[in-house]
Amino acid sequence: MPLGATPSQTVGPFFGYALLGPIGSELVAPGTSGAIRIEGVVTDGNGEVVPDAMVELWQADAAGGHGGPRDPRPDRSEPDGAGFGGFGRCGTEDGGFSFVTVKPARVPSPGGALQAPHIDVSVFARGLLKHLVTRIYFPDEDEANAADPLLSALAADERATLVAVPDGDVLRFDIRLQGEGQTVFLAV
Amino acid sequence: MSGENQRVLGERVADADGGADDPPYLYPDYVATRLRAPKQPLVILPHTLTELTGPAFGENAVGELDHDLTRQHEGEPIGQRIIVSGRLLDGDGRPIRSQLVEIWQANAAGRYVHKVDQHPAPLDPNFTGAGRCLTDEEGRYRFVTIKPGSYPWQNHDNAWRPAHIHFSVFGRAFTDRLVTQMYFPDDPLFDLDPIFQSVRDPDARARMISAFDISLTEPSWAHGYSFDIVVGGPAATPLEE
Repeated sequence: MPLGATPSQTVGPFFGYALLGPIGSELVAPGTSGAIRIEGVVTDGNGEVVPDAMVELWQADAAGGHGGPRDPRPDRSEPDGAGFGGFGRCGTEDGGFSFVTVKPARVPSPGGALQAPHIDVSVFARGLLKHLVTRIYFPDEDEANAADPLLSALAADERATLVAVPDGDVLRFDIRLQGEGQTVFLAV
Repeated sequence: MSGENQRVLGERVADADGGADDPPYLYPDYVATRLRAPKQPLVILPHTLTELTGPAFGENAVGELDHDLTRQHEGEPIGQRIIVSGRLLDGDGRPIRSQLVEIWQANAAGRYVHKVDQHPAPLDPNFTGAGRCLTDEEGRYRFVTIKPGSYPWQNHDNAWRPAHIHFSVFGRAFTDRLVTQMYFPDDPLFDLDPIFQSVRDPDARARMISAFDISLTEPSWAHGYSFDIVVGGPAATPLEE
């Protein structure tokens, strides 16, 4: 008989000293060839900035491989801890979050069609009894975005919440938990 | 969360499907959910490579004393020493090996080191309350710590959290990610705590409560509590044995 899953509970307000040390927000070192910075804020239903959220990124590398041994494609698997880890974490105690990473390559969807480059995002916060999942897509990928299965299933205003916006040297990706322009969150 | 790939891309669900054991996003008794729970339905995303894979952490992710919260300072922390151990499993009961488990908690007086915690209870110079370890070949983790105190919060009049240890775990896939709280048996605050009560199914609530375990208890030294953690649905991600 299958085991019942352990239920989710909120991360609460006091996680920072435990979770935000060893795992950082730089998936690659700043200055690495191809490095990009992604910044944003998390806002609540009143449009107020949420100062006690944690954002996590999970993504493929610039060649479309997933770090570590968990990529099922035999030619993509890397030994534990080698190469690009594909995972990062940032708190919002200073107002927003800021990551340094690389743009992932396109990876296939279950039907075989290529997805547009994207980063999976988990959002944790006091007041979120379970984390939220969304995706970051890239503004300079019009053609790939137009063919992406998920983006194609969304209305234009919904789609806009998942595509980062160029802002000087950085890409801006704000996460609106509730209200006007709410970010599209995913059931995975 | 569900591992079913028959789900139709782009369809909408009012709350995360397949997660009937999880709490809802909006649970008004927990006041902070009111402005933070999304109001638009979730969009179903059948799993792609990005969701079927997930972070892995090598041995160098964890320091030698990271699992022992009683030995991270010069002296020993005040409080009842306890051992907390269990297995990280998938829905089919298979161990999840070499995966990162992180915990954090209040000290014996019910105070967190975190700078935002203003509860007027003493800090303990010998206790930080943060631990990390990797699961072993059987999916087992083990921490040595002290029993956390209950603490008040501002959710409602005379509100107190049941004593708990926060857990953050990774499974095999991005979708296995879980942050939860481990409670202690027979806490009189369970019925009064909206965070605990936000899990509506009593059987599911019971899975957040550790059990006193004499086999983990070490003579003349520390009580043992067992707490298994199950992530993902049955056969959610058959990528590796």
